[in-house]
Amino acid sequence: MKATEHRGSTQIEPERYELEEPIKYLFEVERREFFRVLGGGILVAVALAEAGAQESGRGGEQGRGPAPDLAAWLHIDEQGRITVYTGKTEIGQNIRTSLAQTVGDELGAPITSISLVMADTDLVPFDAGTFGSLTTPRMAPQLARAAATAREMLIERAATAWQADRAKVTLTVRDGRVLHPDGRSVAFGELTKGQKLTGVVAEKPATSSADRWTLRGQPVKKVNGRDFVTGRHQYTSDIGRPGMLHGRIVRPDANGATLGTVDDSKARAMTGVTVVRDGDFIGVVAPNERAASRAAEAIRVEWRIPEGLPTSETVYEHYKKTEAPAGARGPSPSLRASGPVVAGDVAQARAQAARVFETAYRIPYIAHVPLEPRAAVAEWKDGRLTVWTGTQRPFGVRSELASAFRIAEEAVRVIVPDTGSAYGGKHSGEHAIEAARLAKAAGKPVKLVWTRAEEFSGGYLRPGGLIEVKSAVDTGGRILAWEFDNWNSGASAIRTPYDIPNQRIQFHPANSPLRQGSYRGLAATANHYAREMQMDEMARALDRDAVEFRMAHLKDTRMRDVLAAVAKKSEWGKPRTSSKDRSLGIACGTEKGSYVATAAEVSKASGGFKVERLVVAFECGAIVNPDGLHNQVEGAVVQGLGGALFEAISFTGGRILNGTLEQYRVPRFSDIPPIEIELLDRRDLPSAGAGETPIVCVAPAIGSAVRALGPVSPALPVRLT
Amino acid sequence: MPTYRLRINDRVHEVEGEPADSLLSVLRYELNLPGSKYGCGEGQCGACTVLLDGQATRSCVTRIGAIGGKSVTTIEALANGDRLHAVQEAFLEVEAFQCGYCTPGMVMAVVGLLRTHPNPSEQDIARMLERNVCRCGTYPRIVRAVKLAAERMRATDHHGSQATDHRGSTR
Repeated sequence: MKATEHRGSTQIEPERYELEEPIKYLFEVERREFFRVLGGGILVAVALAEAGAQESGRGGEQGRGPAPDLAAWLHIDEQGRITVYTGKTEIGQNIRTSLAQTVGDELGAPITSISLVMADTDLVPFDAGTFGSLTTPRMAPQLARAAATAREMLIERAATAWQADRAKVTLTVRDGRVLHPDGRSVAFGELTKGQKLTGVVAEKPATSSADRWTLRGQPVKKVNGRDFVTGRHQYTSDIGRPGMLHGRIVRPDANGATLGTVDDSKARAMTGVTVVRDGDFIGVVAPNERAASRAAEAIRVEWRIPEGLPTSETVYEHYKKTEAPAGARGPSPSLRASGPVVAGDVAQARAQAARVFETAYRIPYIAHVPLEPRAAVAEWKDGRLTVWTGTQRPFGVRSELASAFRIAEEAVRVIVPDTGSAYGGKHSGEHAIEAARLAKAAGKPVKLVWTRAEEFSGGYLRPGGLIEVKSAVDTGGRILAWEFDNWNSGASAIRTPYDIPNQRIQFHPANSPLRQGSYRGLAATANHYAREMQMDEMARALDRDAVEFRMAHLKDTRMRDVLAAVAKKSEWGKPRTSSKDRSLGIACGTEKGSYVATAAEVSKASGGFKVERLVVAFECGAIVNPDGLHNQVEGAVVQGLGGALFEAISFTGGRILNGTLEQYRVPRFSDIPPIEIELLDRRDLPSAGAGETPIVCVAPAIGSAVRALGPVSPALPVRLT
Repeated sequence: MPTYRLRINDRVHEVEGEPADSLLSVLRYELNLPGSKYGCGEGQCGACTVLLDGQATRSCVTRIGAIGGKSVTTIEALANGDRLHAVQEAFLEVEAFQCGYCTPGMVMAVVGLLRTHPNPSEQDIARMLERNVCRCGTYPRIVRAVKLAAERMRATDHHGSQATDHRGSTR
């Protein structure tokens, strides 16, 4: 953004929300060790991309002798089967399939010959975690390079066997075979048989450009889809171990509560029940889940709840009162306070303006509600701890476990089965620690599955926030000044993509009475809501067309393209069929390298409004799997509907008041309007991640449409006042 | 504790428990049938849906003391060996899931729905599946899968070549 200059060290730190910094980890490449575990064949190790190393503060470790940090590796065994090892986790975003497409494409191997070993800390190289829509832009190109390296090695071996001069003859790969133009071919397995070859990924091996993709770009079906429709897939909560017991935690139902009095005599008297007390930790272990649940219910606890905490109504003032001073560390190290981003002189611009607009937007806390609650199975054996658990940060959880039990990280193995969704809500490992604590006390493997109520009260939430926007326009309707202050909700997508000469944009970390953390799209949803609603308000007040008004302030062609696409598809500007009771709203935005524009059509309905239709244009560079992408975009839009229409955590004194699925409404079948999606495939651009950004414009598009029916409250969920 | 004789997937199991113990807990933790999922324990999300005499039922709020002689069918028994039920086929074909956690319950709910509504409208689908949550938001795809399965099952029934049993599956 050219118009914005930074004064001093005022750069806003990228928001991450991890609850702790990633650990340092150097993986020794021991060739013999690899082949001992994997058997013979060809092995290609992928060095950690420099960008990734810098991101996690590990840049200094690069190139340190023969032990480079590895991002992944790829093995072709003596039967030609390809196994890819990556620390990424599958949480429904379909990367088990899209990464296999990438590898298959570069290797010329059928997708059925490829399997991925994911997120098992004993088997895969370190990975900071699966978040930030980074798998596609970071991990996929690394695996592509590894696969391209392996392809070269296979071709080289075939050329040697055929005594072919590669300068004269072009050997190619297809369907797991190397092909000679004279018609001869040889299977990968024949080339890898009896071999122990190690490949080093070249700086820039020749990976295929998007116009030469064959597997990528195709709507390949989920590789293990059958396991899901048959119920055969084992999530963490489905895993059993010999002699396994079941645990339950007695948990405070308010954030910040401390233990008062406990009476666990009834539970202790139950047959087969062990009560585990350790500081404020109270848990039970029993032979089965029902007995554990009965024992936990039999324990009487009084919790001391801190006084004077704000409620869901008063929390917005609380944020302003508890604002962290600039430079101070916020509640999470990644939410550090920073100075504002400043361009021009907003005060002077405002003084010269024809009109000034001021609005304070309120963003409530919302819950992820992953359908699979937090769960863990822990087993101590021969001094080692193994934990199966659904998390987006297997190595982070391993580190948490090692530190909780004061053991070496090497003594902990975390295995993440493909998980029943997360949406940013499964970064931390408290449930893993709890299961391990119980297993340690019981001397047997223990399974712990949080109840839905525990998910609400014990998990973390998308932060609430207060966003004050002041904008000013000149007599010609150009935006002169833009002031944007966000308390607590976060800095993601806080900057404006619009061309405005005078700006002051600042994120203010504050105290949160509830546990908060990462959520799909982070604060980009809150910041887009405030920004786009403000754009909408100005356009309306100036009697300008909302699309034209935005276009007049947009230089970014990718943003212009999605906005134009959605305007066309939604028939923007054409009269509605029943214009009195129906209206169309629009919003656009960008985050994490992808672009989205959303149009919403609403109608008047008893008690408010009804969403009749959503139209979305989305662009994330070259599309790897169009059907998978469509699924992600549609899913993000549906999830966005929840926050736009009804999701909000109600609380007082640190206690959540609507922490059940009956009280906390998530989108259901009858809430879903027709959703039309246009995916813009930019084969000329690198692929960006897509799991998050499509969520950001749902609320402002609906808010804008509803505003045509009457005044709208500047808060989420969208309400007519 | 009393003992209950439960007919599950065409086999009779004797289960010890309190009358208020949930069927889901028995399925998952005693009978090693973890295909039915725990999502909320309130009967609000449908991840635990099984068939009780062919009718879609939330097993997390079904007390084992209230089942009597009714026959329970879980996702594990829906396919006929390697041959998937038409609803499973349709979910796979449309890829009507992301993380898949709601899928077993959703599939069972759809089997129950198609038994009483062989040609459901979108309104029927929304109404009858209202208490099945897909948090990944694949609802539009699920609607497509239901229609596809309905169409195929009607075609099979119409030809009269195969009988329909209590699971609604064609054999």
